[in-house]
This record gives sequence, structure tokens and C-alpha cells, in this order.
Amino acid sequence: MVEEKKVVRKKIEATGIMNKYMADYFYELDRASKSRDKKIAWCTSVGPAELLLSMGFLVYYPENHGALLGTSRMSTDVIPNANVIGYSPDICSYLTADIGAYLKGVTPLSKAFEGIESVPKPDVLVYNTNQCRDVKDWFGWYSRELNVPLLGVHTHRNPTDIGENVVSSISQQIKDLVEPLEKISGNKFDLEKLKKVVALSRECSELWKEVLETASTNPSPLTFFDGTIHMGPAVVLRGTQQAVDYYKILLKELKERVKNKEGAVEDEKFRIYWEGMPVWGRLRAHSELFANLKACVLASTYCNSWIFTDFDPEDPFTSMAKAYSELFIVKSDEAKEKYMKRMIDLFKIDGVIYHDAKTCPNNSNNRYGMPQRLEKETGIPSLVINGDLNDLRLISDEQTKTNVEAFIEQLDENKR
Amino acid sequence: MSSKPLFVGADVGASRTKVVVLDSEKNIVGHCVKISGTDFTSTANLCLDTSLNMAGAEESDIAKTISTGYGRKNVSFANDTVTEIGCHAKGCYHYFPTAISIIDIGGQDNKIIKLDENGKRSSFKMNRKCAAGTGAFLEEMSARLDIPLEKMDELAKQSEDMVKLGSYCTVFSATEVLENIRNGKKLPDIVKGLFFSVIRRITEMDSFTGKVVMTGGVVAHNPFLVEMMRKLIEREILVPEYPQFSGAIGAALYAMEKELVDIN
Repeated sequence: MVEEKKVVRKKIEATGIMNKYMADYFYELDRASKSRDKKIAWCTSVGPAELLLSMGFLVYYPENHGALLGTSRMSTDVIPNANVIGYSPDICSYLTADIGAYLKGVTPLSKAFEGIESVPKPDVLVYNTNQCRDVKDWFGWYSRELNVPLLGVHTHRNPTDIGENVVSSISQQIKDLVEPLEKISGNKFDLEKLKKVVALSRECSELWKEVLETASTNPSPLTFFDGTIHMGPAVVLRGTQQAVDYYKILLKELKERVKNKEGAVEDEKFRIYWEGMPVWGRLRAHSELFANLKACVLASTYCNSWIFTDFDPEDPFTSMAKAYSELFIVKSDEAKEKYMKRMIDLFKIDGVIYHDAKTCPNNSNNRYGMPQRLEKETGIPSLVINGDLNDLRLISDEQTKTNVEAFIEQLDENKR
Repeated sequence: MSSKPLFVGADVGASRTKVVVLDSEKNIVGHCVKISGTDFTSTANLCLDTSLNMAGAEESDIAKTISTGYGRKNVSFANDTVTEIGCHAKGCYHYFPTAISIIDIGGQDNKIIKLDENGKRSSFKMNRKCAAGTGAFLEEMSARLDIPLEKMDELAKQSEDMVKLGSYCTVFSATEVLENIRNGKKLPDIVKGLFFSVIRRITEMDSFTGKVVMTGGVVAHNPFLVEMMRKLIEREILVPEYPQFSGAIGAALYAMEKELVDIN
């Protein structure tokens, strides 16, 4: 029998510190939820979190909870609870997993953090449709269920360039949130506070960018799979000092690895770019699958999506509008392809993997011919794997494995 | 090891296990196919025994074995594994050393593999997680229609007015078939419609470049389906002598290559 080779994957030492920051964050939300002494806002991952933080809200991100439902592999058990109340198995499995978990009265937070029994109760729900329409539908359900106000920003989708008209529209929509948020929070809007939060978000974003760009070295000191875990603070703590502190620690460790030429994957031979959502319930399996083939999946659009270089504390509303709208997921294929070419070049990529996530059409970028166009222009081969972010009923592990192994064989042949 | 070393390829597919024994001149001296069943290891062993008998050889004559297919990790006598994509490519290029697009119709999945004139893979695609266009679809339909799988080719050939099936879902197709039975359509016309559904699903997967080669168990047992594909895509289609064994032959050729590398 052919023995499965096992390659050692390097552990990131800073993980323990990150876990503490994340635990502190969830316990603070839990305390506030129980004592009601601080207002809690639920916000989409690239919603106007900076404004919410500046107005004294604690901010909770249901998408992060969706990912936790995925990594804990609870999602597939709870999704049917949302399906039976009319939320199709074909729509966002973050939405169906999160609503399903609420209906079933379970949360992975209880398993991870002793004493936390449920997700924090919201005082307001704030969305930005920059990612998709599903986030609004998702928050809308909770608004009706919990009788909590629903506010939001409607983003112009699929532009190639974010023009002045888009920026002014989004900026005005964010400004329009101030008055209702003042009423809900009981706090007066303070421009200086907003500038401070935007400055912290910018600093976090720049550090996160530096962290991810360490992967451009050969061998790469981190993998995409590490990135999906270590992006936690960039997602839920952006706009706070803790996120800035954490990425300084992580960056130091990664720079040390670069200096010592320590690769995240032993004997890195192939450099892979991941386009699309992670398969949350298969992070470890995928990490091992690639590592055992000496392939380092080292960069991704997904992790890069929390880099917001447009934040400017001197012009907070305009820069927030720009930052939220310059997201990859918002843009046209033309803009996305330009971006992908830059990334392929920057990270010296040998092959691109597109994850066609069944329930996430907005973040499955293989469906309008992009892989074929980019292959033609760059000469870099690509592979599409079918799967999903959270619904494991939509995954064939064996087919993924065969496809990935065959792809790496192909890259190997091409290198000879 | 004897002075004439043998090279073995074992392709443990989801439906059938195929073993091929090649001599050092790349001649097929033994081969065997069996239903994979539930114990991949013993099925592969049985196939090897039969193939070695056919070759008049013993296990000690084998220089190297490569296994492939879904059960590639379950072959006790394999020295290494290569994916079925790689092995089909290698096996087909051996017979047709030019730029080719390979269509492999297996029991569980379909593959389209494109090779350049040097035999290098430029791309490959497998069907999505769905039975559309696979051997499993025909197996399901033969059971529904209560006709043996091996009679389908003959029946399809007799068709004069092919039934058109619109859906690519196996379950929906079954409903369409039932509807056609209810409407009094003839069995040969329905079977030809099923064949057409298989080839249509495959042509939807990718475009073809170079010459087109068809392989796999479905191709081996249903030459009329190849004929239908030829008409549909209006291109010449090449079929190797042992279409069901392409993956196993490719695996045996890999075994030979790897042995040469090891010796050198």
C-alpha cells in the first residue's frame, strides 16, 4: 500500500496571543449583552464599523459567526433549520447556517468560550450590500425576529472604477446613519472620535497588508489557511488598538521567518493563489492536502479583502465610502482581472485555484470566463474546484483531492 | 526479478478495477477488469493474479506498479500513485502522440483532458458533483427501464425517432423518461435519447482542441455512442484498442518511466 506522506506544517507562535484577544472581544460582547450597559451593533464585515465604534457601540459581526459555524462543522447540521422556514439551500450558507443556529438555539461560541450561551443581543443591525444582497436579507430576518432597527448602505455594484458619484452617494448614505444611530446609542456623534477610529483601521489595514505580503518571499512564511485564521482581528477588531498591537506581533514573527528562510510548507515547490471563499469545514484537510504535495497556497483575494488602503482620518466619510466600495467583490470582472494579474505577479504564482462555492455566486469568480481569460493572458494554469463555504452537503472530498493532485502533477510536468 | 521486467498499472475506479501488465517493449501481455465492489484491495489483487496468469508471469517479475483511480491508495502491491487524469493522459498519448482532447466517460465521472503536441497537459476538467453524463446515469436508467446495460447500444442503434431529454439532472431525466413511456414512445428512441443526453453533457463541459480521443468503460461497451458523438461534434474521433484500460495503461507506462529514473 502506498503510504500517505505527511509534511510538517509550521505553527504560528502568535496564535495564542490572537486567541486571547479574540476571547476578550467575545467576553466583552457577552457581558454587555447580559448587563445591557453598552449598546451592541451587528455589522456586516465591510459595513460602517468605524462609525459604529466611534459612537460607542460594541460591534459584532455575524459573518464571523458564520465562519465559526463552518470551522466547527456545525453549519451542515443547522442549515436545514433555515431551509424549512423558506431560506433556500441555494442561497448564502453563512445566512442559512447563522439563522439555522439561532433557530436551533446553538452557537460555536459556547464551545469555544465557557460561560457564553448565545450570540450577543443586538440594539441595531447595520449592513452594507457591497458584498451581496444576502446580508440585507439576513439582517432583515433578525430585525423582524428580534424587533430591532435595521439600517444600511446600498452599494453600487460591479463598477470598474469607483467614481466621484459613487463615493458621494455612499458617503451621504453613511452620514444619514448618524441621526438614527445617535438616537439608538444615546451618544452624540463626535467627528474627532471617528477620525481616531478610522486612523486605527488604517493602521490595522496597513499592518495586515504587510503580514500578507510576507508571502511574496520564497519560501512563503505563511499560508492562506493561516491567513483565514489570523485575519480574525482584522475582521472583528479593526478600528481598535488591539488589532494594531496584534499585527505588530504577528508581523515580527513572520519577518523573522523570512529572515531565516523558514517556509510555512516544508520544501515549498509550488506557489498557489486561492480565489474565492475558503471551505471553512475543510481548512485543516485542505492545508494538509496541499502541504503534502509541497504546494503552498500562499495568497488569496479573500484574505486581501480586509486591506483598506483608502481610509483617511482627515476625510473619514469620503474615505470610508471609498474603502468600502473599492472591495474586489464590488468591482467588475475587468477590474478584478487587473487585480489578479498584479497578485499573480507579486506572489510569483505557479497556479490559481478558483473555489466555485455553490451558495456564494458573488464570491465565485470563475462563472463568467475569468479563469480562461486570465490563463490566456498570463499563461498561469488554473483549476476550478466545486464546493461551498459552509454547506458540507455540497462537497465531494474525493473529487477535490483528485482535482488538486492532478493539478499539482500538471504544474510539476510544466516545471520540468 | 526475471530478465524481462514487467510493469503494472492498476486503475481502481469507482465502478470497475482494471489491471494491465506491460512488457519492456510496452506490449500488453496481461489485462483484467472486474467490478470494484466493496473491497478495493482484494479486487485489485484478483485482477493482478488474472493478468499475470495471462502474461505467464509471476509477481516477482514485476519491476514496478503504479496505481490510479479513486481506490489508488488501496492497492497493496503498488509502489506509487498517479491521478487518473495523469494516467489517462499518458495512456492516450502513447497511442496518439499528437495534440489531443481526451474524453473519458467513467462509471462515476467524466473527464476532458487536453494535451499539447508534446503530451503535456494544458488543462483538464472533471464533471461537477453530479451523475449527469456518466456511466452511473446509464446504469440508473437501465435499471429504471429494466433492460440490461449491455443491450443499450444495440437498442440505441435501432432508433428511428430519438426522444429528446432536456434536463441534466438524473432524477429529472428519469421523470422525463417515464413521461415518454406513458406517451407511448419506443424503447430504442428513449435509449438513444439517453445516449444523446450523455454526450450533450460532455460537450457542455469544455471545448475540444486537436484530435478527439474517447476512452472509458461506457465508450468500450457502447460504440454507437461514439458514432453519435462524431456526428454531434462533426470531428473525427479516435478510440484506442483498449478504451477501458487507458488509465491502467498510463499507470503502467508511468511505472516504466519511474523505474528508469530510479535505475539512473
